[in-house]
Amino acid sequence: MTTDIKFADERLKLSPFHDRQAALNLRDSWSVWNGYKFAEYYYDSEYEYFCVRNTCGTYDICPMQKYLIEGDAAEAMLNRMVTRDITKLKENRVTYVCWCTNEGRMIDDGTIFKLGPKKFMLTCGSPSLAWLRKANFGFDAVEIKDVTDTLAALSFQGPTTFSVLKEMGLEGIEDLKPFQIGYYDFAGTELMISRTGFTGDLGYELWIENDNALELWDTLYEIGENYGIQPYGEAATNMARLEAGFIMPYMEFNEALKTVHYQHDQTPFELNLGWLVDFNKPLFNGRKALLLDKKNGPKYTLTKLDIEGNKPAEGSYIYGDKKCSLEIGYVTSAMWSPAVKANIAMAMIKTEHLHGEIWAEIYYEKELRQYDKVARCSIKEKPFWAPTRARMTPPEHY
Amino acid sequence: MQHFDTIIIGGGHNGLVCANYLGKAGQKVLLIEASKKLGGLAATREFYPGFRASVAHAINQFPEKIVLDLNLTKFGYKQSSRSMKNIGLDLEGNHVFVTQDGLSGVSDKEVRQYDLYIASLKRFAKALQPFWMKKMPAISGNTIAEILTFIQIGLKLKLLGKKDMRELLRVVSLPARDLMDENFDSDLLKATLSWDALVGSTQAPRSPNNSILTLLYRMAGNHHGHYMLPEGGVQSLIDALTDAAKSVGVEIRCDSPVKKISIKADKNGVKAEGVILDGGEEIRGDRVISALDPKQTFINLVGAEHLEIEFLNRINRLRTDGYVAKLHLALSDIPSFTGIETLDDRFIIAPTMDTIEFAWDDAKYGQCPENPVIEIVIPSLNNPALSPEGGHVLSANIMYIPYRKKGGWSEESKAHLVKKLLNTLNQYSPGLSEKVIHAELLTPVDLEKDWRVTGGHWHHTELALDQMLMMRPTYEAAQYQTPVDDLYICGAGCHPGGGLMGAAGFNAAKVILT
Ligand SMILES: Cc1cc2nc3c(=O)[nH]c(=O)nc-3n(C[C@H](O)[C@H](O)[C@H](O)COP(=O)(O)OP(=O)(O)OC[C@H]3O[C@@H](n4cnc5c(N)ncnc54)[C@H](O)[C@@H]3O)c2cc1C
Repeated sequence: MTTDIKFADERLKLSPFHDRQAALNLRDSWSVWNGYKFAEYYYDSEYEYFCVRNTCGTYDICPMQKYLIEGDAAEAMLNRMVTRDITKLKENRVTYVCWCTNEGRMIDDGTIFKLGPKKFMLTCGSPSLAWLRKANFGFDAVEIKDVTDTLAALSFQGPTTFSVLKEMGLEGIEDLKPFQIGYYDFAGTELMISRTGFTGDLGYELWIENDNALELWDTLYEIGENYGIQPYGEAATNMARLEAGFIMPYMEFNEALKTVHYQHDQTPFELNLGWLVDFNKPLFNGRKALLLDKKNGPKYTLTKLDIEGNKPAEGSYIYGDKKCSLEIGYVTSAMWSPAVKANIAMAMIKTEHLHGEIWAEIYYEKELRQYDKVARCSIKEKPFWAPTRARMTPPEHY
Repeated sequence: MQHFDTIIIGGGHNGLVCANYLGKAGQKVLLIEASKKLGGLAATREFYPGFRASVAHAINQFPEKIVLDLNLTKFGYKQSSRSMKNIGLDLEGNHVFVTQDGLSGVSDKEVRQYDLYIASLKRFAKALQPFWMKKMPAISGNTIAEILTFIQIGLKLKLLGKKDMRELLRVVSLPARDLMDENFDSDLLKATLSWDALVGSTQAPRSPNNSILTLLYRMAGNHHGHYMLPEGGVQSLIDALTDAAKSVGVEIRCDSPVKKISIKADKNGVKAEGVILDGGEEIRGDRVISALDPKQTFINLVGAEHLEIEFLNRINRLRTDGYVAKLHLALSDIPSFTGIETLDDRFIIAPTMDTIEFAWDDAKYGQCPENPVIEIVIPSLNNPALSPEGGHVLSANIMYIPYRKKGGWSEESKAHLVKKLLNTLNQYSPGLSEKVIHAELLTPVDLEKDWRVTGGHWHHTELALDQMLMMRPTYEAAQYQTPVDDLYICGAGCHPGGGLMGAAGFNAAKVILT
């Protein structure tokens, strides 16, 4: 391809929603995700976070990787790849999965959509085609298609999302249950909606061919105006997902295929994702290694912490005593949570020390002065933020 | 449904050896073979009415231990005390003769140098002896026995002394060309001596890797690398192994291709519980051993859904393309070679190492060589039953004939190659063409089709450093066990590799019995 634009191949790809998003990106704050230009935030990350929690917001997930996997052996192929038993997954349902190397180290997590008896969509954070091809070797007649660049996707999250979709006239949207997929007439085409998201709140993900993306955006924003719609970026997502207890690559885990150092990646048990590992399945990648990991107990366990005070424990070391003489782990993500009104964090803690005292040594800065304090932590088993409205069908109408 | 202690798939010599040891230990064993005859690549079959031949046409490393353990002499196996000469043929009749006792047909200087050369290779071969008839230690998580193997190997090498050990470590990965150039002057001699370092591999004289190690591997036998034919030929080895197996109660079923290994998959994982034949019949056993090549075993018979992703991809990436074709000639009369008196030897047509190298150059780009290099045996001399009265069989290995020929193999391209081969042979054996009643050419593709060996490869999978020892065929299956519980492998694709040696079958049986 010849083009007049200098370094054309090196430039970031623009999502089909880009024109509208650029107009709203008051701070011109862009980052990159899988080669796409992608908003860190649009105006103010905290403001966007509050929109997600109190009204509604859109988050561009076009850069997320999307693969259609279709064919007679599609289910068998995916089922051998992921740790969960997806033969139990019903049509038009979505499930959260992770997949591992044969050493049981986690490669990535993502979601599987069962679109038909022999048709699935896998979504994940990082490009995975090479791995999928490897996983597909030996299975006949499974077609894997990367639709990342052609299927536009928008995450639409927050308590007023349902009202917006309802007002758009999407018939039957009130019946859509969490993790269910529905199809709706929209602008003469089909709009696929899944009741999924990464915020732990009421929310949907909207899937449409690129050509209709802007029309979808315009409709949402026209109707959404009365419902406080606002685009949000990576920063607000990161806050919401931490409250919901979701893990993030390069914060909670390292993708095993990209890790250089031995065991600088994690097993699902270390990430507290043991519930995703189904040993009733006779075979899946990493099964033998994970059986051993389960038997011996993971060295570390990802733990949700409620920390005294209000200073976020970002980057803190975790100790087993107040004197900080026994180091037992490290914080992976931390924030002051406005929704829960608590100082929350996720931390990797040596499993053997989970039952003793837990202290975080927190460094913080006030007007160029450095301070530190040692704060008591308590373990939270449940997600910090899990409102009942997230699970109600039909959802509340505003 | 019938039930066995062990079901062995594949009645090649390795499957037979394994069956013998297990049967001898009291197991109820079933050996299942796809074709009508046992022996696999060593099976003797009719290729033209009245004329018979086996793909593997001579023996050089079948271990004395197995002969004794299985009492094969009692079952008619008579090893010959006479080893075949390797004769490098020369168009002018100035042939080079390599015998167990030394060289002739070359200068005195070369004769003396050869004595030094072969003496050191024999020392090396001896030091490597413990490698072959032993399970290789795994790369981690070793048992005491495995650690002892490491120690034993280390000790053997140490006993060589510093000088020899350094030299061994230097030469094992040396291109054959360098070793020959260091030692000898005669082109024909160099080409003849490098033949057994190269045949069956994707290596040529200038390829670095493990050709010298392969040569040393082939020197493991009684005749230090020289081939011999037992009374009754290769067939007698297969017959003896078969009768011995029957005598210890091994049940044998031929003409019964296995379609799938049946796998019990439940919350305890995956385990082999029997086999399903082409016709759908199912047979159960406590364990299954496959003597097939690793790709056949894992990709076709087990299947992707029962194996982890990386393992299966490693199996798939094994290099299995064969480069040796087999030519069988049904002759109306005994052939003659200019300047050769006795014919029950092994003849090599490869005038220089460059001829070998250029043949490989052609083959690696998918062409048949302009000047093919050839190894010839006339097995009907040793075993007259192979041909009708007065007739003879000429059996030849042709290098390098690509599995992936550009444009693929067809009857025309085969006929074209046969013509070229006969032309070459005629130059050394004038009048040969007139004696040819029938010529059968088996390309690697034919070997794959009719003998069910992926790529038609001599060793089932290339015997190269990355696919050797504890890496053969790949880790997680290099100790004869496999990631599938109760499934074992014992074919040439296992350590120590192919050739009529039976060591893989022997080692696998030992793993199962201890
Ligand atoms: C052209 C050529 C020439 C050679 N020349 C010599 C030589 O002169 N001397 C020497 O020592 N070595 C020689 N070799 C090497 C040697 O023949 C092999 O390495 C050796 O025979 C391998 O023995 P095996 O028992 O491991 O396997 P194989 O002999 O390959 O036996 C495998 C058996 O499994 C059977 N089988 C396959 N699929 C199925 C199925 N689905 N169900 C049931 N059964 C099945 C096959 O029919 C076969 O009988 C030569 C090899 C080639 C290719």
